[in-house]
Amino acid sequence: MVDIRLASEVPPFHIVADSTEPKHLVTPGSLITKETGFMRGHGTYMQDDCLYSSVAGVVERVNQLISVRPLKSRYHGEIGDVVIGRVTEVSQKRWKLDTNARLDSVLLLQSVNLPGGELRRRSAEDELAMRQYLKEGDLVSAEVQNIFNDGALSLHTRSMKYGKLSQGCLIKVSPSLIRRQKTHFHNLPCGASIIMGNNGFVWICPTLLDDGAGGFVQNLETVPHADRQAISRLRNCVTALAHCKMMIYDTSIMHAYDASVNAGFEIKDLLLPDKIKEIALMVRKQFEMEKE
Amino acid sequence: MAEILLSEAEKAFIHHGVQDDLRCDGRTRLDYRPIILETGLVSNASGSARLRLANSDILVGVKVELASPFPDKPKEGRLEFFVDCSANATPEFEGRGGEDLANEICRFLQRSYASGDTINLSELSVLTGQQCWVLYVDILILECGGNLYDAVSLAVKSALYATQIPSIKVATMDGDQPELELSDDPYDTKRLNTENIPCVVTLMKIGNHYLVDPTPEEECCSSSGIVVAVSGNKKITAVRKIGSGSLHPDSLVSMLKTGSEVGAVVNTILMKKLLEEETLEVSLKVGFMR
Repeated sequence: MVDIRLASEVPPFHIVADSTEPKHLVTPGSLITKETGFMRGHGTYMQDDCLYSSVAGVVERVNQLISVRPLKSRYHGEIGDVVIGRVTEVSQKRWKLDTNARLDSVLLLQSVNLPGGELRRRSAEDELAMRQYLKEGDLVSAEVQNIFNDGALSLHTRSMKYGKLSQGCLIKVSPSLIRRQKTHFHNLPCGASIIMGNNGFVWICPTLLDDGAGGFVQNLETVPHADRQAISRLRNCVTALAHCKMMIYDTSIMHAYDASVNAGFEIKDLLLPDKIKEIALMVRKQFEMEKE
Repeated sequence: MAEILLSEAEKAFIHHGVQDDLRCDGRTRLDYRPIILETGLVSNASGSARLRLANSDILVGVKVELASPFPDKPKEGRLEFFVDCSANATPEFEGRGGEDLANEICRFLQRSYASGDTINLSELSVLTGQQCWVLYVDILILECGGNLYDAVSLAVKSALYATQIPSIKVATMDGDQPELELSDDPYDTKRLNTENIPCVVTLMKIGNHYLVDPTPEEECCSSSGIVVAVSGNKKITAVRKIGSGSLHPDSLVSMLKTGSEVGAVVNTILMKKLLEEETLEVSLKVGFMR
């Protein structure tokens, strides 16, 4: 019922990193290089002809450009990214969404599909009916179409796989932990679906058999118990991976899920600090075994 | 606390989960999230404790000082609470945003400790009518992750358990003012009996069931709840209803019963852990480095 631990009993979290290639990690104020002739990128500053880092992260070098990619930062959008956003505002002909970026992203009325898949110019009635489709608090999966001058992202849901999200569980992790993949929508074999937004929002929901009307109709029926268990377990696995700063993608999540099932952990046990560390170590071992 | 927006479908998901006794993170309705506790962090204070309940982070420091007792209670010392919601905890606490919540928690703590069953204030008396110990309990909310009342009460209980009050000898001179002699040995201290100090349990009502230790998302789905202060001997010392919704008297009674049972279990486990920590070596102190 209650688990109280002393701080000394909690195992220290060493970053369980992918030991693929050595990374040049820097902290704010640390020296990157004394050589001149390099161009300064994001996350760096010049002082006395030396290049220093201004954020905590990994040094990236592309030819003559040196930049530092921070480990934990706000989401920096690229065109084509899949994001999950929460509607914060319904304005004239657009919705404003919170996507963990520096500015609220914009979803224009002309960038969403009309019910029934009609193709026509949006009229004044469509504008008045905006709130019936998406109101404050709704979750939407979308793709980045464009980036405005001020850095705000312009999103679109012009595909059947994007749209309003129904029942499920949202987890917020750091955007740097989400790997860029070919597809961000996965139907996992354990009975749940997962959407990994590039902005760090991970959405876990029961697998939808029928794709529905592009997300206009929300299914509010009770989710079966087995699906709910799968969703809770996945949620705890993703949180455990994020806690140990491991990359989150479908393979690592499935490894963590299988490891937790094989080790016989109860779903709520995965919240305990020592079980989190065990899961991370088991996933790492699994990756090392697969490499051989 | 923090204002979270949720969609209708997410709220339905949480509602059905509560009915099914399987919350989003796999806990049952009466499970707490893991708690990490440490006492003795702040060397300047007579007693201190740091408690982490998932995202909530509470730091409590207790300072003891000599003062004159209240005229109507000459044989008792007193406890003074002060809660500070740090602006780092959550964006809502920026500027004076955290003051209301801080005052609420402070007043609830004062009410829970007011009962004679909780703490024996006559232990704090030094010289009847003239001098007594005043314990200033300062609570700092470093991070807000839901369920603040519970976390604060457990942290305060741990800090009071670890508080060391210096021994004082009263040397009476004939006819003159009595002199108080503070012992030279810094380890010559006495401790309070904290067995019956109350633990607070927050119960939020969602649908027809109630939950212990709600997350911010669950708090958003619920319209009403109660905060119950349960002392060590399963007695209820203070009750407060939170939220804008209403409660049926029958559900109120069953929530109070469950609250007192859960509170008793939390109390036992906490006392066991505090006893365990006393036997640890000083070198194992972690502090804020992790």
